[in-house]
Amino acid sequence: MLKKILILTALLTAMLATPARAVLTIEITQGIEAGIPIAVVPFAWQGTPMQDDRMADIIQADLNRSGRFESIPRQDFLSRPSDIRQVKYKDWRLLKAEALVVGQAKEISPGKFNVQFQLIDVFKGKQLAGYRYTVSARQLRKLSHQISDIIYHKLTGEKGAFNTRIAYITREKAGNKKRYLLKVADSDGYKPRTILESPQPLMSPAWSPDASKLAYVSFEKRRSMIFVQRLNDGKREKIASFKGINSAPAFSPDGRKLAFVTSKDGNPEIYVYDFATRAIKRLTRHHGIDTEPSWMPGSNRLVFTSDRSGQPQVYQMNADGSGVSRLTYKGKYNARPSVSDDGRLLVMISRGSGRYHVAVMDMRTKEVTRLTDTLLDESPSFAPNGRMVLYATEQQGKGVLAAVSADGKIHQTIKFLQGDVREPAWSPYLRR
Amino acid sequence: MKKTTLVTGVILLSAMVAVSGCNKKTRKDGPTVDTDSVTTSGTGTEFGPDGQPLGEWQGGEGAAGAAGDLLSQTRIYFEYDSSSLTAEGQAIIEAHAGFLNGNSVSVVLEGHADERGTREYNLALGERRAMAAADVLMALGIDSSRIETVSYGEENPIAEGHDESAWSMNRRVEIRYGN
Repeated sequence: MLKKILILTALLTAMLATPARAVLTIEITQGIEAGIPIAVVPFAWQGTPMQDDRMADIIQADLNRSGRFESIPRQDFLSRPSDIRQVKYKDWRLLKAEALVVGQAKEISPGKFNVQFQLIDVFKGKQLAGYRYTVSARQLRKLSHQISDIIYHKLTGEKGAFNTRIAYITREKAGNKKRYLLKVADSDGYKPRTILESPQPLMSPAWSPDASKLAYVSFEKRRSMIFVQRLNDGKREKIASFKGINSAPAFSPDGRKLAFVTSKDGNPEIYVYDFATRAIKRLTRHHGIDTEPSWMPGSNRLVFTSDRSGQPQVYQMNADGSGVSRLTYKGKYNARPSVSDDGRLLVMISRGSGRYHVAVMDMRTKEVTRLTDTLLDESPSFAPNGRMVLYATEQQGKGVLAAVSADGKIHQTIKFLQGDVREPAWSPYLRR
Repeated sequence: MKKTTLVTGVILLSAMVAVSGCNKKTRKDGPTVDTDSVTTSGTGTEFGPDGQPLGEWQGGEGAAGAAGDLLSQTRIYFEYDSSSLTAEGQAIIEAHAGFLNGNSVSVVLEGHADERGTREYNLALGERRAMAAADVLMALGIDSSRIETVSYGEENPIAEGHDESAWSMNRRVEIRYGN
């Protein structure tokens, strides 16, 4: 309810604040923003249509999901231009569109397409971006996400994170048999592919900073072990299989190290594995549980969970284990921290009124904001641009993935037809 | 999984036989005790040292009977976010220490947590529970080399629900015998 009022207020404020003046590049300031009204016209298509989705649909869904845009319903469109020269600006000003996306695709040889799109400022009547591509049919979806990234960047001034991937674990049950799958999909949940399958639990997928590898925990030998696996050829390496638990792998942003947890010396402590020397170094020394390490940008500091105070709370320390300080004080359960790439926000799971929800902490002011109101949220993970948080929650007794904007305004869930879905991890930016 | 179940069942059976003072030969074709789910498997019925089905067996005052009852229990349960043994859990572990003292087998203590909270923290919590049980065994003279602790955190619930009745079943240590 409150949320609805807030959004309504946001819309009103936006309408009052932006009369006929074009404010297409929004600067992030404090206060409430409303989505930029945008019209994405279905691309003119010559050749075999895309099998799964149309490009304009993918782009429009991307933009809507970000919460920064409000797309104008297609049935309201008065015309359907595919090139800026065909645009009648009156048609779009009438619909209060601030931005317009037009495009076309032409199959130049079987399975090969020429695609072009233009992003247009409706009020100024001018092109903001225009690109041409030649791609194969199976690259059309990826290209759509790349176009979304360009539009997002042009209109918000921030880098888009649509052309990224998510890793997650699903558990499927057939009778008494369970199987666990580690999967990777596009950021919108499409194109899932299985990286690993096991009859025993899989846990804690973590991306390498170049998005070429995943670290994860597997119980395939009936106890937890850490592996790092390459995505292109499936080749994997066992990193930690010490006595006790081996868990919570996290690549350093420079890709040189892997922080992880093992209880080989008696109780769970945080260690760092160096990929070049294969040496491990212990960072924490405390009889409490120390776990869930996550690197801060720059690879010089880490945040982690420790119950050294009596309950799980979030701490930070230097990459050599020195300078430990506590970060969270509000509430009796704050865990699984991770920091946005710009270092400004920390996302974590916090308990309040018996619920485990996603909360963000401003790293400068230490102010904590609750983002979700669900019961059993887990595994929050920032988009590489820090604007959205992907997490796992439960709906009707089933594990689903959900996302919330870092300001808590936009909520969405990604439902899968099969199995329990858990432990999402948002990839870094892809290197094309 | 099946094999472990069978081995556990057989060992448990022999434990019961041992406690009630009868012959110590293990029976490979004996009934199994299903340690994997709350419901008893179709292959056997769990029973106490007096041969009565466990659910109905009231137990006698005799020491052998009481120990046998405890020994037949291979799960101990915990409070939320706690690895402290309850009085009942303590008694069950002590009974198993008694069995281990008389039999040269090894034991695996498998710690579990309920689904609430974060998975990695719960993995650590499950281990802490297994260690708490291991500490009791060691205090009662069982050599650490015979004890293995494993944690599955919240990954292997025995009750699938999302309420306290399921959670209380899942916060547990499973006691499994090897050889």
